Amino acid sequence: MGGTPLPEGIKLIDEKGLRMDGRRPDELRPLKIEAGVLKRADGSAYLEWGDNKVLAAVYGPRECHPRHMQDPTRALVQCNYNMASFSVDDRKRPGPDRRSQEISKIISEALTHVVFTEYFPRASVDVYIEVLQASAGTRCAGLTAASVALADAGIPMRDLIASCAAGKIDDVVVLDLMKEEDNFGSADIPIGYVPRTDEIVLLQMDGDLTADEFKKGLGMAVDACKRIHEVQRDALKRRYAVDDAAPKGPSPALDGTKEVQ
Amino acid sequence: MSKDVVAYMKKDYIEKLLAKGERVDGRRFDEMRPLSVEKGYVGSAEGSARVTLGNTSVLVGIKMIMGQPFSDTPNKGVLTTNAELIPLANEDFESGPPGRKAIEVARVVDRGIREGQAVDLEKLCIVPEKEVWIMFVDIHALDYDGNLFDAANIGAVAALKSGTVPMKRAGKGEDYPIPLMHEPISVTAVKIGKHILVDPTYEEERVADARLTIATNEAGRLCAMQKGGEGSFVVDEVLQLVENSKRLGAEIRSRI
Repeated sequence: MGGTPLPEGIKLIDEKGLRMDGRRPDELRPLKIEAGVLKRADGSAYLEWGDNKVLAAVYGPRECHPRHMQDPTRALVQCNYNMASFSVDDRKRPGPDRRSQEISKIISEALTHVVFTEYFPRASVDVYIEVLQASAGTRCAGLTAASVALADAGIPMRDLIASCAAGKIDDVVVLDLMKEEDNFGSADIPIGYVPRTDEIVLLQMDGDLTADEFKKGLGMAVDACKRIHEVQRDALKRRYAVDDAAPKGPSPALDGTKEVQ
Repeated sequence: MSKDVVAYMKKDYIEKLLAKGERVDGRRFDEMRPLSVEKGYVGSAEGSARVTLGNTSVLVGIKMIMGQPFSDTPNKGVLTTNAELIPLANEDFESGPPGRKAIEVARVVDRGIREGQAVDLEKLCIVPEKEVWIMFVDIHALDYDGNLFDAANIGAVAALKSGTVPMKRAGKGEDYPIPLMHEPISVTAVKIGKHILVDPTYEEERVADARLTIATNEAGRLCAMQKGGEGSFVVDEVLQLVENSKRLGAEIRSRI
């Protein structure tokens, strides 16, 4: 981010103000979520967001190991974010690296905020996020999927966390950076947002922004999270619909735009 | 676990004080602890600084070695930031490989100086695609009484300002000062209940619900941000903290 010069012939925003994939600045990539996709896990979700493909699984509440980590007053929410070695262009060395450990930490903290941890003393709620195919914005995709997986597991929660990033490309504040925009853009602001209580539970930023640009980006990301929240709810409704007439299967693409393969 | 019980009891006390507009050490909510910066503390390092922020003390040292650039940035030096939370500094720290907390500190400080373009990495290139300087910014917590993020960030910037590129030692010519472009300074605040206070002590950090670190440069532009903790912020609180960070960052910058 910041400083990497754009290769010749690539324009992040064209004369019409549209982005490389034809999106407007405030438009999200197509998003699809499906709840309850794994057999063994207590809860799970599969998510496709642009070219991102992410699985989330929840195990628990179950006994917390190692035992010295147990909290007699509440459960721990422990998230593990992992990228498959083949999910990116240059093979990622398997196993945790510093980036994935940091992401695991902030997602664990965000999820802890919405789970009623006091219902399950000494227990652990383990959340596993597996990035199968990565194309910028995987932490947001992971957190969005993890929230649905927690709900699918029947974990009592205050609300679902919706997550999305704003950023800046060619001096324009935009929503939901795709890979090229992430590589050659000048700022990125991923957030996690709780719509019901209007709270921000995850916030990072890197790059170069004025305070006004940041304010605009933060506002755009919050609005987008409200839309993402609808897709999350929709996925859960589909999973648990008892009415035979209710639509089954994956949710339709957000905004009714392009369908993801 | 007994420590958590103490923290829980302290939280009550701290919150009662906050409701009266007071902090345990008598500071205002938007007041940093006394800061002192000693540059060039370690002679064997290419650059160093010892920072004390209240009772928190951090030593940052910079070492440089020759190496190969990354293939996507063939004409730029390499910057790596590391943090060691050694058991000498706090009863909570353990020996061994860095845990998530140390990794987060290192990555947030790294993000500040990298995205804030503190160092002109192109001037650390000797032969494009072949030979560049690889710069290690190592953060050593000596005495940890809260707000490691800011103490480490201040230490890193001060160490860079005091540093020299060891060209002579490498037999490549004359030494020159580490080429700097900007001075990104982070300011960290925590939220306890409804109250937001900057530069938390260890005691305050332990009972805090959420934390927000914001780094700004000398032009007041934002370069890095990191929220931590299990609590939350609302948009207006974040925007208020951006203004706080710009103002306090400028004050800190003038003292390095």
